[in-house]
Amino acid sequence: MIAIVDYRAGNLTSVKLALDELGRDAIITSNPDDIAKAERIVFPGVGAAGAAMRHLTEMGLAEPLRQAIAAGTPFLGICLGMQILFERSAEDGGVECLGLLPGSVERFRPRDPRDKVPHMGWNLVRFARAHPVFAGLPPEGYFYFVHSYYVVPTRPEHALGRTDYAGVEFCSVAGAGSVIATQFHVEKSGPLGLRLLDAFTRWDGRGAEASPC
Amino acid sequence: MLTRRLIPCLDVIRGRVTKGVRFQNNVDLGDPVEIARRYYLDGCDELVVYDITASAERRPTDLDMVARVARAVRIPFAVGGGISSTDDMARALAAGAEKISVNSLAVLHPEIIAEGARAFGSQCMVLGMDPAATADRARCPSGYEVTIRGFRERTGLDAVEWARRAADLGVGEIVVNSVDADGTRSGFELNITRQIAEAVPVPVVASGGAGCAAHLRDVFVEAKADAAIVAGILHTGATTVARLKAELAEMGVPVRRDAGGKTP
Repeated sequence: MIAIVDYRAGNLTSVKLALDELGRDAIITSNPDDIAKAERIVFPGVGAAGAAMRHLTEMGLAEPLRQAIAAGTPFLGICLGMQILFERSAEDGGVECLGLLPGSVERFRPRDPRDKVPHMGWNLVRFARAHPVFAGLPPEGYFYFVHSYYVVPTRPEHALGRTDYAGVEFCSVAGAGSVIATQFHVEKSGPLGLRLLDAFTRWDGRGAEASPC
Repeated sequence: MLTRRLIPCLDVIRGRVTKGVRFQNNVDLGDPVEIARRYYLDGCDELVVYDITASAERRPTDLDMVARVARAVRIPFAVGGGISSTDDMARALAAGAEKISVNSLAVLHPEIIAEGARAFGSQCMVLGMDPAATADRARCPSGYEVTIRGFRERTGLDAVEWARRAADLGVGEIVVNSVDADGTRSGFELNITRQIAEAVPVPVVASGGAGCAAHLRDVFVEAKADAAIVAGILHTGATTVARLKAELAEMGVPVRRDAGGKTP
């Protein structure tokens, strides 16, 4: 069973529908027991980092998520669910995050007014390192983004994919150990996103080059 | 590089996609789910589904139709029509929509934009507006006045002023649908699209008048639109999303073409 973690950070319907299309057994849940016994975990998220961290703590989900990751459960963070895996975010005046990957979250500050924030739409992701979840994907492809902040991993080997926007080349895919995370929405990125999601649902959580710390 | 988006628009009346000119002489074009799926597989970047008679018939959005479209496509889509509260928005989002489009409602009750943005995030909130050219420059310095209720009522609001205010209230995107160009297939209204694109910090979607790839190029390059809505020329089969994108790529406009091939 795949647990889609519901921590009141946005709409999870499209993640569930994408897994349904792949024929995978998935539930939307905020129950720590479901997270503990899940074969794999999808951790989505839309909205603000401050509110998301507050909900995770109030709902008692931070610790079960940490334990699942420590146990090597395959884990996919999406969008805000990627950002709050890192140590801290510049959003909402500065937010302490889960700290499962070393690094921070910064805001786009475009110099060209044509570069709007949020970064919304389809942009090119270049897969920078090999990973089991990239099996069957081309070396680069277009995925759907909606975000104003981006992650800056401390360790370059945790940056698995890169994208250019607003004058920066930012990390659009990160991962270490059994954790992989995408800034783009795999569930809304057409057939290519579905292929990445499909590979995640077949991944045993091993074979990534980098470890978390 | 961030690509320019092509967004087919489905105007739905009683469960069927229809096409008219200025909301008149509507023709039945088929099932919204089948049409959405076809455009999705052909490489469109996003979809808009308007339940165009919901508000006039004083009924909520057809959520069953929204849910069926959501199952058929793996790209974002916006829903408009029949939205009158944040509860209505929550239901459409839960049915699988990515964005909510408000138009007349936002003019009459601008606070709905801020409430929606607070509840679901700005990325969910799309302002649709239907500006019409006006000679009354004293009231509307941009030369365009916002109309509501399917172009039937003029509001006296300046289109650029309204766009700025909506962005301040928290919309994440603005669809500029020209009343004068709608359904003509003779090109987008570049003037007002460009004025708004230069006035607001959020993405602008041009709508109304798409007749060929050159019109799209003009609205992306000359009018600085981030995305464009295409309807009639796709619905009649005059062209396809894939063909328009190939032509745009040849003209040097960045578009997403490798849609990813087969679904797993």
